[in-house]
Amino acid sequence: MQTASEIVTAAREPERAPESAPARVNVPDRVWSGGLLLLGLAVLVVAAIIVAELVHIGGPAILHTGVVAFVRNSVWDVTRDVFGALPFIYGTLVTSAVALVLALPVSVGLALFLTEMAPPSVRSIVSFPISLLAGIPSVVYGLWGLFVLVPLLRRPVEPLLAKTLGFLPLFQGPPIGLGYLAAGIVLAIMILPTITSIAIEVLQTVPGTLREGALALGATRWEAIRVSVLPYARAGIVGATMLGLGRALGETMAVTMVIGNSPTIRASLFSPGYSLPAVIANEFAEASGDLHTGALAALALLLFAVTVVLNIAARLLVRMSRRGPTRVAA
Amino acid sequence: MKTLLVISGLALGLAGAAFANNLLINGAGATFPFPIYSKWFSEYNKLHPDVQINYQSIGSGGGIKQIIERTVDFGASDAPMTEEELKKAPGVVHIPTVMGAVVVVYNLPGVGSLRLSPETLANVFLGKVQNWSDAAIAKDNPGAKLPDSAIAVVHRSDGSGTTAVFTDYLAKVSPEWKSGPGAGKSVNWPVGLGGKGNEGVTGTVKQTEGGIGYVELAYANQNKLLMVDLKNHDGQWVKASLDSVSAAAAKAEIPADYRVSITDAPGKEAYPISAFTYLLVYKDQADPAKGQALIHFLWWAIHDGQKMASALDYAPLPGPLVKKVEATLQSITVQGKAVLANRK
Repeated sequence: MQTASEIVTAAREPERAPESAPARVNVPDRVWSGGLLLLGLAVLVVAAIIVAELVHIGGPAILHTGVVAFVRNSVWDVTRDVFGALPFIYGTLVTSAVALVLALPVSVGLALFLTEMAPPSVRSIVSFPISLLAGIPSVVYGLWGLFVLVPLLRRPVEPLLAKTLGFLPLFQGPPIGLGYLAAGIVLAIMILPTITSIAIEVLQTVPGTLREGALALGATRWEAIRVSVLPYARAGIVGATMLGLGRALGETMAVTMVIGNSPTIRASLFSPGYSLPAVIANEFAEASGDLHTGALAALALLLFAVTVVLNIAARLLVRMSRRGPTRVAA
Repeated sequence: MKTLLVISGLALGLAGAAFANNLLINGAGATFPFPIYSKWFSEYNKLHPDVQINYQSIGSGGGIKQIIERTVDFGASDAPMTEEELKKAPGVVHIPTVMGAVVVVYNLPGVGSLRLSPETLANVFLGKVQNWSDAAIAKDNPGAKLPDSAIAVVHRSDGSGTTAVFTDYLAKVSPEWKSGPGAGKSVNWPVGLGGKGNEGVTGTVKQTEGGIGYVELAYANQNKLLMVDLKNHDGQWVKASLDSVSAAAAKAEIPADYRVSITDAPGKEAYPISAFTYLLVYKDQADPAKGQALIHFLWWAIHDGQKMASALDYAPLPGPLVKKVEATLQSITVQGKAVLANRK
């Protein structure tokens, strides 16, 4: 997982010159660096322990089902010890994707407005509620979703979507309210402050000279943003997005309250689904038997794997887009 | 400064003394009886200030795990322990404490009362009856005006004793349910939405016109939900009430270890989806002080404690059963010695 400061520093110093290490090394320095190394390794050790423990608990269930079958099967029947994780993987990815599609344009637009257009007084007024949004506990989002958002979706939002965009398989089926769409919208609101506040920090690091240069060449304000500001900040914005995605993938409480909790795979965003964290939270407390507990641990392992894969993808994306500005400059 | 030291020293001494006299008994388990248990523990503490009982409502599964591992002095569960679990913890006895019921709640504007026969109920939750105007529902409710609207089934998404009791009933009355989803704390529901907890199911049923779901009786009573009348084993239509729940335990055959499901119990007044909730204790208590206190508490709970049950929407144990539990409590020993042998 990348931290916010890491993303911001990365964006601030896109091409950091490697500093040559000082030649003089004394004992306190060595002790100090050794201590820091230990602390750094501790993070890896903790992660390794988590994985080892999950494999230990989940192993029997995975062996019982078979690795491939566990990931590919779509039936989850606890009473018969049949465990297929596909509906949960699908639900996790779909809700996170919906959340990103909704939150990204709003967040980046908001960040651009606050850094490029808004007077400083407006900026402080607007950024306060954004950070406030980040502090709301997820169960509150879930309750709000269940009692405010879901009835709104049921009538009028989903029927309206079905009428206008109903030719897409995404917007078909009965408007129940609970489902992927509700979960995606709640997640979008939850990750909005994360993406926005980091995007603001990133955009503030864009050197003023770049903007001024573009304007001096006769670019309009929009062109200046498009040609000079956004490419420079691209790496940071991608990083911010991935941080938001990380939160969306792991969110449990809010999602389980509005997703409908039905382990099925359907194309329509209106239909109820299920997500990996939600099923773990729902069933773990009352899991009976080692096999059921094991299957839930295996789901946790799967969630871990999904997060790792997406983080690696994010790193690659950040690295690729970091080359962006140089290419534009060339 | 000196006085401050003296005072704090005194305070510490007092606290220490209080700790020394207080007996702390730890328990963990079911969430369903938590309201009555916490009432009992606080009332019992008023009567016996030296006994303090600490209870964590972590769920029945957790309660069973912890009593097996002996990390608590007693466990609590809505469902009796399975043979497999009992093998891991030989000598655990089940003490039924109170009874609860699962009720079917619905949301149909304009329909103030509704009856569902066992077959129809099972077919609704199997997804075979999908509309409120279905002939099967009309047959159970002669003369009722049933709307032509889709049935929205709502079930629990979290593993729960409520689901176990409800599916146990469905499996008893419907062979198709038994061979299909089966009975358990989490089953593979053929249709419907999952709501988290009683409040999740209630919220969804309340919001969805045509919704039907199941919750605990106490929860439905406190939230004034419309409940479906069910046909019991004797073919009578019964409403869920504390009396009809207690009646389910009166005629049912109850084995010596109380590990029995009393869903679909015989008896004219018996409500068909009733269940016991249990405390789990070891037959031979290892810690003399704690064991004594625990046994005395249990005795109090099945006598004086029962009077507090109905105010909190739990059905008290019927009289004959209390007599039976008395004998069980008398058989519990502390380091091999009987505690309640002569108590009447």
